[in-house]
Amino acid sequence: MSAAAYNFAYLDEQTKRMIRRAILKAIAIPGYQVPFASREMPMPYGWGTGGVQVTAAILGPDDILKVIDQGSDDTTNAVSIRKFFAKTAGVRTTTQTAQATVIQTRHRIPEAPLHEGQVLVFQVPIPEPLRFLEPRETETRRMHALADYGLMHVKLYEDIARHGHIATTYAYPVRVDGRYVTDPSPTPKFDNPKMNDCPALQLFGAGREKRIYAIPPYTQVVSLDFEDHQFAPYRHDAACALCGSTESFLDEVVTDDRGGRMFLCSDTDYCEARRSAIAQDGEMHRE
Amino acid sequence: MYVAVKGGERAIENAHALLAHARRGDPAVPEVSLEQIAGQLALAVDRVMSEGSLYDRELAALAIKQARGDLIEAIFLLRAFRTTAPRFGNSEPIDTAAMDIVRRISATFKDLPGGQVLGPTFDYTHRLLDHALAAGGEVAHPARAQAAETAMPRVTDLLALDDLIERSVEAQCDAPVGDLTREPLALPAERDLRLQNLSRGDEGFLLALGYSTQRGYGRTHPFAGEIRFGEVEVEFVAEDVGFAVPLGRIEVTECQMVNQFAGSASEPPRFTRGYGLTFGQGERKAIAMALVDRALRARELGEDVKAPAQDEEFVLMHSDNVHATGFVEHLKLPHYVDFQAELGLVRRLRAEFAAAREGLAEAAE
Repeated sequence: MSAAAYNFAYLDEQTKRMIRRAILKAIAIPGYQVPFASREMPMPYGWGTGGVQVTAAILGPDDILKVIDQGSDDTTNAVSIRKFFAKTAGVRTTTQTAQATVIQTRHRIPEAPLHEGQVLVFQVPIPEPLRFLEPRETETRRMHALADYGLMHVKLYEDIARHGHIATTYAYPVRVDGRYVTDPSPTPKFDNPKMNDCPALQLFGAGREKRIYAIPPYTQVVSLDFEDHQFAPYRHDAACALCGSTESFLDEVVTDDRGGRMFLCSDTDYCEARRSAIAQDGEMHRE
Repeated sequence: MYVAVKGGERAIENAHALLAHARRGDPAVPEVSLEQIAGQLALAVDRVMSEGSLYDRELAALAIKQARGDLIEAIFLLRAFRTTAPRFGNSEPIDTAAMDIVRRISATFKDLPGGQVLGPTFDYTHRLLDHALAAGGEVAHPARAQAAETAMPRVTDLLALDDLIERSVEAQCDAPVGDLTREPLALPAERDLRLQNLSRGDEGFLLALGYSTQRGYGRTHPFAGEIRFGEVEVEFVAEDVGFAVPLGRIEVTECQMVNQFAGSASEPPRFTRGYGLTFGQGERKAIAMALVDRALRARELGEDVKAPAQDEEFVLMHSDNVHATGFVEHLKLPHYVDFQAELGLVRRLRAEFAAAREGLAEAAE
């Protein structure tokens, strides 16, 4: 692809305007899924086309972009999307959460707290939290309109009756600003509390399903639960083998075929920052 | 060890270089040209143009070459190109009654004005592998005849003269044209958007759905009133000129299905219609599309919606192979994080299960 043949950040300005209108509407109605005329992108549906379109629509020449997949900057799809914008928009890229102005993510929210002025763009496969309870879009739109979320509560209740726990571990439904039940994208429920009262703007793009939704800064986001079965984020009870963190979400790595396991931070930037801080500390102690 | 689970830019670049190498194949064998693909794999090009929603033989041939013959990948390449192209406006409706016919058959009348014109077709060939073709060689010249002077009216128009079939909707050239590539599909969808969706839809998906209606899942009693394939003119009204100017000619296949009649106390019985249209020669797709179009009219015609092919939301939301292939194949992407969360829950449930069983055993002792 020759970058010169395409507009800044790939999409033509008319398309960007259309997407920005959808984003503004989404911000005005937190958690509501706004239909938008999603375009074919040069990467496949299901690989982040929604997030890529949102990023393309909001990116300016001065932005600094970070792209993560599974918390890591180095996974193949994150690399591919970061290169796409480096090529088509010529923007600066970073792996450091604090430096980035726009962070596109798949399946994680960074461990480092986000700050005002940052935008977190989620790639969303199925934006409809009620989809697996009711396959029909015509029906789920009506349920949202009436705030008819009984079905979801029944599902959570049935989980408890059957397993003793709510058996949803990722894409755990939230209620945004006391109104819309919303899908946080397939992030582990460990990340759900980070969405609440977050200083950064959170935008969600679903390309194949043609929906955009948003959580404006400092918006209340509550994970659905019951008084006697309260929401609890899950984290494997171990420390990161590299940085020793006992706070971060961990990836399990199989080290041999005899049951050997090690646990590592899923957020590679967080892990690296901690390791270099520890190394510096060590040096200071030696001095 | 940890590095092994990561991708990395170099690995990706190497994989793409290897792909280009594999695409080229044995360098001792001459490379296929776009002319060869467009000329000799013409039906593949037709399908890619149809489902890629872009009429350009050369680009479709390029897409097929680049995709190593994977037609859905080629359709995707063409779509991703099309989406960046500027849009000037909508053409005038094409007039298939004025088509320069290459093939025209009717299954409802033995003979009719203009006659049955077989054209280039696999029908009635014996499906025996032609080993002579493997060696290549000259092909005999086809028979030639003067084009018939008589018009070739559409069979459905002939039926409409006697009011035996429902009226076709009048073309409303000034009315806005629905376009699901510019506006997200809202449900329930009107027929213009349904037809656009089906025309872009996957041939295999429509084939299976059309077939299911024939086997009783939403029966429509179809007759292939007419299938025609040939060239039509595309015209565009340029604002500054003030009249329609020809943009060029395209090949299309049209299928007009004559279906189960309907009537009521106030309306006399009439046959109903199903419609299929593809770029190029795409008979299988056009026929399947006509079957599914008719099945999807169940709501409008007051029929019970029971079968998958009649279920608008099911059909329209799953017909697009670029959507489908992307989402199905995205399962290749890493899902470490979600799997980790799920693994944690299963381990916890198993521990609770074991503890409960132990408790039971102790209680029994």
